[in-house]
Amino acid sequence: MGKKQAGTGPLSRRPDNSAFKQQRLPAWSPSLTAQTVLPTFYILSLVCLFLGIWLLITVENTYELKVDYTNAGTCERCFEMRKHAIHTRTTCTCSVNFYVPKTFSGDVFFYYGLRNFHQNLRRYMDSRDDTQMVGRKNNLKAPSSYCAPFDYDANGVPIAPCGAVANSMFNDSFTVRYYPTKGPEVQVPLYRKGIAWYTDKNVKFRNPPTNNTFTLQQAFEGTIRPLYWQRPVYELDDTDHNNNGFINDDLIVWMREAAFPNFKKLYGVLNRAQGPFTQGLPAGNYSVSIFYNFPVEPFRGQKELVISMVTWFGGQNYFLPIAYLVTSGLILVAAIVLTVVYVKVGKKGKNMEE
Amino acid sequence: MERLHWVWHRCLQLISTDRRRGWYSPPSSLPPKSSLDAQDPLVQRLSEKRRVVVSRCGPHHAEYHSFSKGFQDNSIRTTKYTLLTFIPMNLFQQFHRAANLYFLFLVLLNWVPVVEAFQKEITMIPLAVVLTVIAFKDAMEDYRRYHYDKRINNILTHVYSRKHQRYVERRWAEVCVGDLVRLCCNEIIPADMVLLHSSDSNGVCHIETANLDGETNLKQRQVVRDLPQQGSEFIPENYSSRIECENPNNDLRRFRGFMEHPGKARIGLHSENLLLRSCTVRNTETVIGIVVYAGHETKAMQNNSGPRYKRSKLERRLNMDVLWSVALLLLMCFVAAVGHGVWLNGLQNTIFMIPDDTHPALAAFYMFWTMIIVLQVLIPISLYVSIEIVKLGQVYFIQNDLDLYNPVLDTGVQCRALNITEDLGQIQYLFSDKTGTLTENRMLFRRCTVAGTEYPHHENAISLEQYEAQGCGDADHSLTLRSRASRKSLSCKSLSCNRSSVSLNTLTAESDTHSVHDTLRRHTPGAFSSTMECAVVPDPQLQVKLSSLSSPMCSSLRQETAEISHILDFFLALTVCNTVVVSSPTQPRHVVQMPVVRTPLRSLEEMKAMFQKLSLPRFPHSPNQNTDTPASLTKKLFSRGRSASYFPNSNPQTPIKTPQSPTTPSGTPSSTPSIPVTPALFSSGAWGEDVEDKQQAKDNSADESESDDEDEAEELLYEAESPDEAALVQAAKAYGCTLLGRSPEQVLVAVPGTGPLSIPLLHVLPFHSARKRMSVVVRHPLTGEVVVYTKGADNVIMELAEEGEDGFAREVMERTQKHLDQYAREGLRTLCVAKKVLEEQEYKAWLKRHEYAETSIENREELLLESAERLETNLTLLGATGIVDRLQEEVPETIEALQEAKIKVWVLTGDKQETAINIAFACKLLRPTDHILMANCDSKEACEAQFHELQHEIRHVTKGGASEDDCSSDCVLVIDGRTLDFALQKELQGPFLELACCCRSVICCRSTPLQKSQVVRLVRDELKVMTLAIGDGANDVSMIQMADVGIGISGQEGMQAVMSSDFAISRFKFLRKLILVHGHWCYTRLANMVLYFFYKNVMYVNLLFWYQFFCGFSGSTMTNSWVLIFFNLLFTSVPPLIYGVLDKDVSAKTLLELPDLYKSGQNSQAYLPSTFWLTILDAFYQSLVCFFIPYFAYAGSDIGVFSFGSPINASALFIILLHQVIESRTVTWIHATLLLFSVLFYYAFVLLFSITCVTCNSPTNPYGIETKMMSESLYYLVCGLTTVLALLPRILFRAFCNTVCPSDLVRAQKMERLSAQDYSSSLRQWRESTAAQRHVPQNLSVNADMPYLTDCIAEQGAVLS
Repeated sequence: MGKKQAGTGPLSRRPDNSAFKQQRLPAWSPSLTAQTVLPTFYILSLVCLFLGIWLLITVENTYELKVDYTNAGTCERCFEMRKHAIHTRTTCTCSVNFYVPKTFSGDVFFYYGLRNFHQNLRRYMDSRDDTQMVGRKNNLKAPSSYCAPFDYDANGVPIAPCGAVANSMFNDSFTVRYYPTKGPEVQVPLYRKGIAWYTDKNVKFRNPPTNNTFTLQQAFEGTIRPLYWQRPVYELDDTDHNNNGFINDDLIVWMREAAFPNFKKLYGVLNRAQGPFTQGLPAGNYSVSIFYNFPVEPFRGQKELVISMVTWFGGQNYFLPIAYLVTSGLILVAAIVLTVVYVKVGKKGKNMEE
Repeated sequence: MERLHWVWHRCLQLISTDRRRGWYSPPSSLPPKSSLDAQDPLVQRLSEKRRVVVSRCGPHHAEYHSFSKGFQDNSIRTTKYTLLTFIPMNLFQQFHRAANLYFLFLVLLNWVPVVEAFQKEITMIPLAVVLTVIAFKDAMEDYRRYHYDKRINNILTHVYSRKHQRYVERRWAEVCVGDLVRLCCNEIIPADMVLLHSSDSNGVCHIETANLDGETNLKQRQVVRDLPQQGSEFIPENYSSRIECENPNNDLRRFRGFMEHPGKARIGLHSENLLLRSCTVRNTETVIGIVVYAGHETKAMQNNSGPRYKRSKLERRLNMDVLWSVALLLLMCFVAAVGHGVWLNGLQNTIFMIPDDTHPALAAFYMFWTMIIVLQVLIPISLYVSIEIVKLGQVYFIQNDLDLYNPVLDTGVQCRALNITEDLGQIQYLFSDKTGTLTENRMLFRRCTVAGTEYPHHENAISLEQYEAQGCGDADHSLTLRSRASRKSLSCKSLSCNRSSVSLNTLTAESDTHSVHDTLRRHTPGAFSSTMECAVVPDPQLQVKLSSLSSPMCSSLRQETAEISHILDFFLALTVCNTVVVSSPTQPRHVVQMPVVRTPLRSLEEMKAMFQKLSLPRFPHSPNQNTDTPASLTKKLFSRGRSASYFPNSNPQTPIKTPQSPTTPSGTPSSTPSIPVTPALFSSGAWGEDVEDKQQAKDNSADESESDDEDEAEELLYEAESPDEAALVQAAKAYGCTLLGRSPEQVLVAVPGTGPLSIPLLHVLPFHSARKRMSVVVRHPLTGEVVVYTKGADNVIMELAEEGEDGFAREVMERTQKHLDQYAREGLRTLCVAKKVLEEQEYKAWLKRHEYAETSIENREELLLESAERLETNLTLLGATGIVDRLQEEVPETIEALQEAKIKVWVLTGDKQETAINIAFACKLLRPTDHILMANCDSKEACEAQFHELQHEIRHVTKGGASEDDCSSDCVLVIDGRTLDFALQKELQGPFLELACCCRSVICCRSTPLQKSQVVRLVRDELKVMTLAIGDGANDVSMIQMADVGIGISGQEGMQAVMSSDFAISRFKFLRKLILVHGHWCYTRLANMVLYFFYKNVMYVNLLFWYQFFCGFSGSTMTNSWVLIFFNLLFTSVPPLIYGVLDKDVSAKTLLELPDLYKSGQNSQAYLPSTFWLTILDAFYQSLVCFFIPYFAYAGSDIGVFSFGSPINASALFIILLHQVIESRTVTWIHATLLLFSVLFYYAFVLLFSITCVTCNSPTNPYGIETKMMSESLYYLVCGLTTVLALLPRILFRAFCNTVCPSDLVRAQKMERLSAQDYSSSLRQWRESTAAQRHVPQNLSVNADMPYLTDCIAEQGAVLS
């Protein structure tokens, strides 16, 4: 709204005759008529069809197996035991047998799955302190108020890692055994490390600084483990000292809250270095023995072991290919209807105008 | 640098405790109070409602301080804020908006721990952004005002300084009440001052008030009467009078007070004594005044009102839908709350829950509020800010339209109301004034009737037509004016103004400042009619009769003599009875002061003969005296009128022995007519020194033949308040009755046969709309009688004229009436001229009461009115004039186009019925085939009956006629003022409107300003339609304010209409593009943008809502709260703005060619409730697609909460932006750039966030999420499918509709894509098809002056009424 200077010419307040000011800018006008839309529709329909078929083929060759062990087999006992809080400290192991009908070729991922566990509750999600987990010394002993009431214990000792998310960490552990048709049983070797996102493992989660003399345990001195935990955070992994503290892979995986109440989280990846597992997970009989700790009865949830192949676009999911195919069909139908309409009515209207 | 100054200025203002206020505080809030006042009871009493002003330099300067304690100085501050108060004040003002309060409520809600949804800072962002944007806008405006103030405050003027004993230069801001200010010609008045001294020997000063009210004529101001020092050099030190006057008020035309001289003599002060701030001194060398009001207390500043605020129809609709959104929001929150309660109820205390003893019902209640915070975006609050911005853009483009620019006046369209642009696109009823709106309001004398004889002026008609043919809308014409103007402004510069090149416009806040050139040029076509135009070709017959007056051989028939006397009186009345100011172009704005009347240069014999004529003893009533020599003829003539109207023996004993000629310029009326008077010769010293004037006067008096008139036409310029007056003076001039000069006491006139005469002007009773006439009381130059000349509306004068005993007067009246009717039928404006001779005693009696009226302070106006009415009785009708007022160019085309656009055009005029009908024919409002329904009745009952009758008639007409489908196409209602009065009464409103609805158009004649506004209100309120009123004069102001959209035409009649209007244009024809193109565009743009905003918000917010079903209705979101807030505020906010400003559905050319397209706006097609709900429905569908496709694609996987939100956000962004591309009709590079920018902005933001935010935003840090998600192919597969599927229905719907049943707009769009040839042929086809629907004959050209039409109307009128 530039105020024009009072010019000297006789037509000083004459507006500029520019394309912009006179609203004459060259423009493309998207006109949506049958004529213009139909080619796009046909092409789009084809593209969707192609993608749908491609995805369908991919998904057809992807397998997934779910073993619900909530109260299956010998786990019934543990399930009952975990109903009551008094037995929290007593360990309970059980095992479940399952059969893999087809060979899972390539990389095989082992997940634990939870049903009806709402990791996405607003207050649950917020009950964490990333500044503590990033290993800052100051924040370690001064958890954020977001963690309340899991920030300090009854004695006022700060909890590390604080918050409801860490507190409710999934703590079942699995040992999967393969029973080949001939030969002895083989424990399925799993990579338990490297299952977290690279960025999480290396940037977002850091331990408090340690050195040769100053151990992790000392670093965590003055804090207490979360109330539901059986072990302190620096002893999460007995087998690997570098997998303890905040950079424990299981903790990191758990800390990434799932979007839906029914979710799975990565437990391990099949180590295909040796034995019968070089090609993947062979078909046959398996059993999984579980350290059954995590109670699901209070929220009427279920626990399962999920074994899955992963393709270029994720696990076994028939929705997307079908959605693409349906969309393709819809567009095609719309295009045909539009063509009919165009031939019958549209052309006439056009003639009338011309 | 200037900014630094600003800061400094602000600080100073803050520190100083002065009482300068911004315009926001009411002026009355500052009663001048001080302890000193309290001690002095007199002062205290006065300070209650009066102010006392004494000179700052005079002997009273000691008291000065006690009096002027509370007065403001002359600095002005129109800024709203100071630097420190800006933030609190601006915030305070912004929180008056409901929308901002809603935001504030959300912010506060988020501080309640149990319902907290986001981090506290985040909820403040929308509020902060909105407040910042508006604060920035306000600050910019304020900064501009500050600059403007500074410039004004720093203008220099001359103020008397006691210290220096002389006038010194001082800044305007330093002028105080009580200062004596000296101004020169062409300087601008710095404050309201009482005029104390003028270099003019009459104590007169002329000012031009164009800056105040746009009126270009000069106004006279008078030095305070009986000032001791008048005449001599004004010595400031000796000035010791004291002024008491009213407290500051905003009435420009009223000023009351008195001046008390040291001798306790009191003199009344009136508005004639007041020089108003920001007016310009003209044609007076120097004036000195004492400041009484300064700064914000001046009348100019008190009249300074801010921009107008109206709420548009669309905005009302929108507010309705915002309420629906609120309802939707509450519903969603309620669903979530109930869901949460139920969900909680079904759970025991589980390990992942945070231990909480809250009862599920209470938790649900908390959840309700949490959800309100989470879903807050649903209420499109930023919509209000966006609409404001969009309207600014629209106004910008309207103002920059080259087609609405008038090169002659160098003005474009002026948008005064910023927020009703879209109302222009929905007009259904248009109410137009006639004069000055449809017509030029450039009055030209056409013909006249005198003493019952009609003088058709055929040659005049021909010359007018010729002029019209060559000059109308011609470039040459404008060039002529231009050159005249430039010449004038140049000479003005050379005169004396060295500093006045800054023209102040304190009235308009926009601070339109132009140089003097500008101002002058703009006025040129207004006040001065071009020479060519004004030239009146005299009627030979009339001329012969008039010339017989001066020639010795003349018929001595009584009838003839009477007629000639009438003729002379008639022209004398035309010359004298006005307020025309004479100026010469060589001295612009320098009114020709009574040119020096030196000894007339005729031969001595001639002069003697003349004096002989005049000096004969007068026995007016003896019939035998009538048979005398030609020498006595002239004198006899003047006695004629008197003998006709007065008792024969009322004043017989006062024969005039001395030659009658101008009385002394004392201003006080002489007591008897026989008082010795000085001859018509003034000593040259008394009147100006200008050589040019002398020369001119010489010319004037040297020769009165017609040949000289041509020269004079260039020598003299007449400036009149109304164009009629100038036209009449010009006409009189053509017959030798030339107005040579005017002063408050006398008028200098050249009359054929006598030479320049000075006629003592006793009183001027100015025009008043209630009286509809004006009068002057003069002492007749030849007979010495006191004569009243009255000029006014024909019906008024006819009523006041007395029939008289003799048949002559009656005959004159009858015949004049006949001629008047004929004039009116021709579309001429008629004015009647009458006179009355007053007996001395009668005059004295009247004078006594009139003086009382003049001097009274209270009720002065009423008393003056009454006094005038007392005088204007028993008039003798002299004759009548017909003035032609040409139609403006392209008016018929415009009206035709508007009617094609289904806008009902009503004409409301104060003119006579016949005139109005004729003009209506001329501008194609009426077609020859139309049925005219006349509604004229005298009583309510008759009126009611007539309405029924007319309705019956309509039915009859439409049944018999060809067009059954549209009854409105053939009937036009013509209603007069009195009938309108009945029609506006409650009981008859219904029938009237019913009748009016059936008519294509309604013409209201003889309507008052009040009636105009009542009609507009009636139609607006009862029919619930959008109304537009257009007018140019003060009488249209109420109508303009009443209508939904008021348009003022900046024309000849001042600026009142423009000041009260929403849009100001300079010609009626611009209405066509303004309404049909800009109105249409603005409406569709804004409507589409508003709908898009609703869509956008609903679509996005629903995504969050759907997620609640998967998170136990806990109010968590799958999107980072920053992205959530920014999504609407930043990522998707700019494209809709561009869409609202630049979208163009149909090109201007097509819209102008096919006015039918305007109908879409009238029916609000772009924004119906159904479209709103369809849009909402579509938004729901899109959000479902946008949420559930990603949901199913990721269901059962190990996806995290925020990872899940990433593809959803991306696809929502694409859907929302592409949706806009589908909806918009034009995509220019600006659109494309901004769309691209939006996408890039989004990705830049989320990626940056994803790369850097490790712990920046506890507790939810999106570190690494976006980069991870975007590295997966699933992300793209999901986004692609979602976008396609979401937009499919809308594309399909649009394509289907556009193919099967394209709306007019779509057809027009299609047409535009054709080649040029195809385009024009299809355009023709379209027009033919619409014309066929209407059965209307096209291409009918009608001219206002065509006589055959009048017959046609007369016939129809006779048939129908």
